[in-house]
Amino acid sequence: MIKSSFSNIQSEYLALIDHTKCVRCKRCIQNCGWGTYSFGGDKIIADHSKCVACGRCYTYCPEDAISIIKNPTVIRENGNWKDNHIKSIWKQSETGGIVISGMGTTFKYKKYFDHILLDACQVTNPSIDPLREPMELKTYLGKKPSKIELDFNEEGEPILKTKMPPQIELQTPFVFGAMSYGSISLNAQKAMALAARALGIVMNTGEGGLHDDLIPFGKNIIVQVASGRFGVHRDYLNSGIAVEIKIGQGAKPGIGGHLPGEKIGLDISRTRMIPLGTDAISPAPHHDIYSIEDLRQLIFAIKEATNYEKPVSVKIAAVHNVAAIVSGIVRAGADIIYIDGYTGGTGAAPNIIKDHVGIPIELALAQVDERLREEGIRNEASLIAAGSIRSSADAVKAIALGADAVAIGTAALIVMGCHVCGKCNTGNCSWGITTQRPELVRRLDPEVYGERLYNLISAWSHEIQEVLGAMGVNSIESLRGSRERLRGVELTDAELKVLGIKHAGL
Amino acid sequence: MITIDASGMHYKDLNKLIREGIGRGIKKFFLENVNGQYYIGDGIKGDDIVININGVPGNDLGVFMDGPTIVVNGNAQDNVGNTMNAGKILIKGDAGDVVGYGMRGGRIYILGNAGYRVGIHMKGYDEQLPVIIIGGKVGSFFAEYMAGGVIVLLGLNDTDDTCSDYFATGMHGGVIYLRKKIDFSKYSKEVDLYEADDKDTAFLKKYLLEYADNFNIAFEDIMDKSFYKIVPSSARPYAHLYTSA
Ligand code: SF4
Ligand code: SF4
Repeated sequence: MIKSSFSNIQSEYLALIDHTKCVRCKRCIQNCGWGTYSFGGDKIIADHSKCVACGRCYTYCPEDAISIIKNPTVIRENGNWKDNHIKSIWKQSETGGIVISGMGTTFKYKKYFDHILLDACQVTNPSIDPLREPMELKTYLGKKPSKIELDFNEEGEPILKTKMPPQIELQTPFVFGAMSYGSISLNAQKAMALAARALGIVMNTGEGGLHDDLIPFGKNIIVQVASGRFGVHRDYLNSGIAVEIKIGQGAKPGIGGHLPGEKIGLDISRTRMIPLGTDAISPAPHHDIYSIEDLRQLIFAIKEATNYEKPVSVKIAAVHNVAAIVSGIVRAGADIIYIDGYTGGTGAAPNIIKDHVGIPIELALAQVDERLREEGIRNEASLIAAGSIRSSADAVKAIALGADAVAIGTAALIVMGCHVCGKCNTGNCSWGITTQRPELVRRLDPEVYGERLYNLISAWSHEIQEVLGAMGVNSIESLRGSRERLRGVELTDAELKVLGIKHAGL
Repeated sequence: MITIDASGMHYKDLNKLIREGIGRGIKKFFLENVNGQYYIGDGIKGDDIVININGVPGNDLGVFMDGPTIVVNGNAQDNVGNTMNAGKILIKGDAGDVVGYGMRGGRIYILGNAGYRVGIHMKGYDEQLPVIIIGGKVGSFFAEYMAGGVIVLLGLNDTDDTCSDYFATGMHGGVIYLRKKIDFSKYSKEVDLYEADDKDTAFLKKYLLEYADNFNIAFEDIMDKSFYKIVPSSARPYAHLYTSA
C-alpha cells in the first residue's frame, strides 16, 4: 500500500487489482479522475489513499480485474465515537479547515417516504387500467386564478374571459433540479436539456448562467437568479420559460455558494464574469433581500424585465417554520415555490450544515400545503418538492402530500454514472459530471445520457400511472394533496400529525 | 421624444408606457414628477435611449438595464443599477443603499454620497468593465465580495471618512480607486493598498473627464490629489478555510 503523505487518516477504500487477469491496458489510469492508478514498470499500482469509490475504473476495466473494497482495517468500533467523528477530527487537526463535500448528507436520518404507504381500490370503487384508459400526468406550474369568468359566444359556447397567468406546462410532474454550469459540466447540462425537451419537462440552469449551447433549449429551461447573480442579465431572464430566485438549498440552508477555484476554468470565468481560478462566492443572502417586502421587490423586478410573461419561482430550503415562510413568499408574488429538503444534494457544502441543518421534505411539504389551504392561497402558487426523490414512489407520495411536481437532481446524475461518492467539490469527477477538466467532461456523451434520462423519467411516469390506476384516479391533479390516500407505519402520533396522515389500519 | 407626467402613476403603468414607447421607436423620455416609482428602466435595451428624470425615482432604478442612459436630476433610492449589464446612470444627488449590486457592465456616476453595500459582487470580464464613480462618501460593506470592475471613491465633499466599516470584505477581483487616503489598518485584511501609478491615472482620466463633464465640475479639482488603489491580495481569499472530506 502506498500512501500520499503521512496522515492519521487511513484509506477508506482499497483498489485491488487481480494481476492474473489484468492485461495492462491502462484504462484504469486514464479513467480515474483522482489519479489512483499508475504504471509501475510491469504492473498497475494503486494509491489507495486517492480512491473515493466512484466506480469508474471497474466499470471500464475490460478484464473485470479491479475490485474496490472498504478498507477492512477498522477503527475500533464505538457507538458514540463514530468513524466520521474521529476522521473529521484528524482531518481538521491536520488542515484547520471546515470540512466540505459534495452530494447530500450521508447521515442515516429517518426517511419518511419509507414510512408512508399508498392506498388502492378494492371492490367498492373500481381501479383503472392505465394501459387501456387515459391517465393524465400533465401538470401546469404557476399561479391559478381564484375564480374564472366566462363569456359566451354567439353559439352559446363558453369562452374563458379570465386572463390566465403564465404557466409552465409539464407532460409529466418532474423537473430536473437546479445544477449550475460550473458545479456540473456543460455535457451534463446538455444531457438534461435534451431529455427535458424530449419529455416535455424542464431543467434548471442553477446559478451559473446559461451557456450559449443551451439557448435553443429555452422552452425547457428555468433560469436561476441567485445571490452571486452569475450570468444574470436581461436576455438571460428572457431566454427561459420561467425565472427562479434561489434563496436557499436543502443541502445548505442559510449559507451561500462556494464553487471552488479548481473548477473555475476559462469558460466558467467568462460566463460568471469572475477571475480565473478564483472561488465563485455566492453571498449567504441576496444583498437586496432582507425581508419578504424585498423579495417581492426582486420578484417584480424580474416580472417587469420579462413583461409579466414568465412565472417566477422562489427556491428555499426546508427549515423550521417553513409553512409561515412559504406563506410570505406566496404573498410576495411568487408563482412557484420550490422546497428543497435537507437530504438534497449539492456540489459543495460544509458537512456541519449538510448533516445538521434543515428538515425533511415530507414534513415541510405537508405543513406548507396545509397552511396555504387554510389561508386560502394554495392556488396562488405551485409547489415543487425536492431533496432526494429516489423513485417514482417518492414522487407519488410527495404529490399526495401536496406537491404539484417533484425535482430530481442526484437521481439524474446517477443516470450519468454517478456513484454518489460525494467528492463533487474536488472537480475530479471521473464520470465527467461534476468536473470542468476537458478530458473528463468529454467522456460524458449528452446524447447517450439524454436518452437514458428520458428512459428513466418515462419509466417513472408509467409507474405513476400504474399507482394512480390502482387508486382509481385518472389524473395526477386528483391526487395532489390527497392525504387521505396515504397511511403511516412506524410513525409516532406527533409525526402523523405533522404529516397530516392516519396510521395504517385506520 | 416624449414627456410623461408620472404624478400619481403606479410603476406598472409608468414602465409600460416606457416599454411601449421604446417599442414605437422613441429614443428620448422626459419623466416629470417622478415620486418613488420602482423599476424605471428595468431590463430595457438600446444604446441610444435616454431617460431624463425629474423627481425621485424609486428602488431598482435601471435594474437589468442593457444599454440606455438614465439621468436623475436629484436623488435616487436603493438598488440603483442592480445587476445592470450596460448603459449609464447619472445621479445628480445622492443614491441610497446597494448601488450596482452584481453589476456586469456600464457606468453609474453619482455626484453626491451613496449608502451601504455599494458595488457588492460587481463583476467584470474582458471588455465588460462596470464602473461606479461616487463623488462623496459611502456607507459600510463597500465593495463586499467584489469580483471585477472598477469603483472610484472621490470624497469631494471633504469629510474625513469617505468609507466606513467592512470595507472590501471578501474582495477577490476588480479594483477600487480612492482619492483620499484612508486609515488602511482599520479595513479588510484581504486587500492591498498601493499608490496609483501613471498607468492608473491614465486609465482613470478617461472616466473622470466624462464624470467632470457630466456633472459640470472642473476636472482639475478632481485630479488635485494623487489616487490610491486597492486590489485583492488573493483571488481566493477563502480557499484556506476549507478541507475536502
Ligand atoms: S483497466 Fe483493468 S485490465 Fe486495464 S490496466 Fe487497469 S486493471 Fe488492468
Ligand atoms: S457526481 Fe459527485 S458524487 Fe457523483 S461520481 Fe461524480 S464526484 Fe462522485
